[in-house]
Amino acid sequence: MTSAIYRLIWQSTLQTLTMVFFSTLFSVILGLPLGILLSITSPESQGGIRPKPVLNVILSKIVNVLRSFPFIILIIVLFPLSRLIIGTAIGTRATIVPLSIAAAPFVARLVETSLKEVDPGVVQAARTMGSTNSQIVFKVLLPEALPSLISGLTLTIINLIGYSAMAGAVGGGGLGDLAIRYGYQRFRPDVMAIAVIVILLLVELIQFIGNKISAHMMAKR
Amino acid sequence: MHITLKNLVRTYENVHAVQDVSLSIPSNRIFGIIGLSGAGKSTLVRLISLLEKPDSGEVWYDDKRVDDLPEKEIILRRRHIGMIFQNFNLFSSRNAGENIAYPMEICRYPKDKIRNRVAELLELVGLADKANAPISTLSGGQKQRIAIARALACEPEVLFCDEATSALDPKTTQSILALIKDIQKKMNLTVVMITHQMEVVRDSCDYVAVLSEGSVVEQGIVKDIFAQPKTKVTKEFLSHLTTNARNVREDGVVIWSDVPARYTLRFLNDRVDTPVISDIIREFDVIFNISGAGIQKVGDTKLGTMVCDITGESSAVEAALKAIRERGVTVEEVKA
Repeated sequence: MTSAIYRLIWQSTLQTLTMVFFSTLFSVILGLPLGILLSITSPESQGGIRPKPVLNVILSKIVNVLRSFPFIILIIVLFPLSRLIIGTAIGTRATIVPLSIAAAPFVARLVETSLKEVDPGVVQAARTMGSTNSQIVFKVLLPEALPSLISGLTLTIINLIGYSAMAGAVGGGGLGDLAIRYGYQRFRPDVMAIAVIVILLLVELIQFIGNKISAHMMAKR
Repeated sequence: MHITLKNLVRTYENVHAVQDVSLSIPSNRIFGIIGLSGAGKSTLVRLISLLEKPDSGEVWYDDKRVDDLPEKEIILRRRHIGMIFQNFNLFSSRNAGENIAYPMEICRYPKDKIRNRVAELLELVGLADKANAPISTLSGGQKQRIAIARALACEPEVLFCDEATSALDPKTTQSILALIKDIQKKMNLTVVMITHQMEVVRDSCDYVAVLSEGSVVEQGIVKDIFAQPKTKVTKEFLSHLTTNARNVREDGVVIWSDVPARYTLRFLNDRVDTPVISDIIREFDVIFNISGAGIQKVGDTKLGTMVCDITGESSAVEAALKAIRERGVTVEEVKA
């Protein structure tokens, strides 16, 4: 293999990392508040500290619709939005928009589940001590759920690595795109193999780091 | 702080959890509320501690009605209420000291004041060396002590104990009750103890109200209720109280003298039901001083244990011991 191929692989890896990093960031920025909202507006029996049944159902439906949207179609549907935010609908940066929108409802559900797993007794204790709702969210629910949130974040990053492979459809680049265009369409199984191996290594690395952080937190509790 | 409840009613989907409860909880005393599960204790404590609003009726703290306050004021009120729970409900994301600091952070105490008060409270509950301990490393009794310290952090006027000793073994229960009594005196607290254990009422409360099917069926000074229970529910609670937990050893022997005795006699099966001691006293010139005894069942086997001293002429004692052994009773002797 020529050094040009290696350079290509390196470039693609950087593109994947860029897409995954920013889409994780933005999906958390969107999904975390949404997840908190989903959790606190749920019925009291499910641990909602500020039940708002109508709002809860509406949010829940939006999340469900977005989550059931096939990603490849979401990319196309979101062309106008990408153009509006990034200025273009193609390229690595443009892909971050549909990736973030696709992952945000996923993050919201993970956050919601993690927060609902917090012992209701602990929340009751915080309430009897005169905590306001925002104190309960930021000083009790989020810290108590932190190990579970970290596991969720690990899962989100790994999912986004998978999704980012589809970014080739809009010229987003990245390792998935490389594997399809060089490996499959230009009959270079060696390039395909390397691209897949790099993706595997990335996933392994993220999982390893996530597990370490979770384990470290649990050891201190 | 004295608490007055007037005709409280709370209904959940046709279940009358609390119906028409009126109580006067005096200031600076320990007030017990006893009832079986489903009697409405949990709902009642949620109403008194302002976690829930009654369907009708009133809650008064001193001379101020509090159940109808707006949410913001209720939150401020709660900061002067301490509460401990059956499952401790400590924050696993915080160590022991940080748990105690939580209510003070909520009340926006300055940092150095929090630090001093945490040390003071850890000292008060006897866990001065556990400030940095993760919650999972503490025993049940230690967790409840930390929970008590946390409940007292903002110097509340009232402490609610919701089945606070129900998850603890008898010995730990006694030590926690002793701590609560001690703190009640030191801090001039009003304590409300919700429990299903009559021994908790007996060992710690001044007053008691008996709750059954959402209503108070009997209330008064604890010793009056114990001496003259009026209702069936109360009598039933008292009937479960056969022994004083502090005097019962793990093998079921009830000890009524603190003087250590020299002999332990063990009776097996039919020996339990025969008058061995009477026979021996008639036959030999010895005196028994029994300091403790009990019978327990191990599977189908009855096992009687007696702790006693045997006094008299040494030859008579020897002969008596020999006769006891011949009757199939095991004798263990603690050499003085």
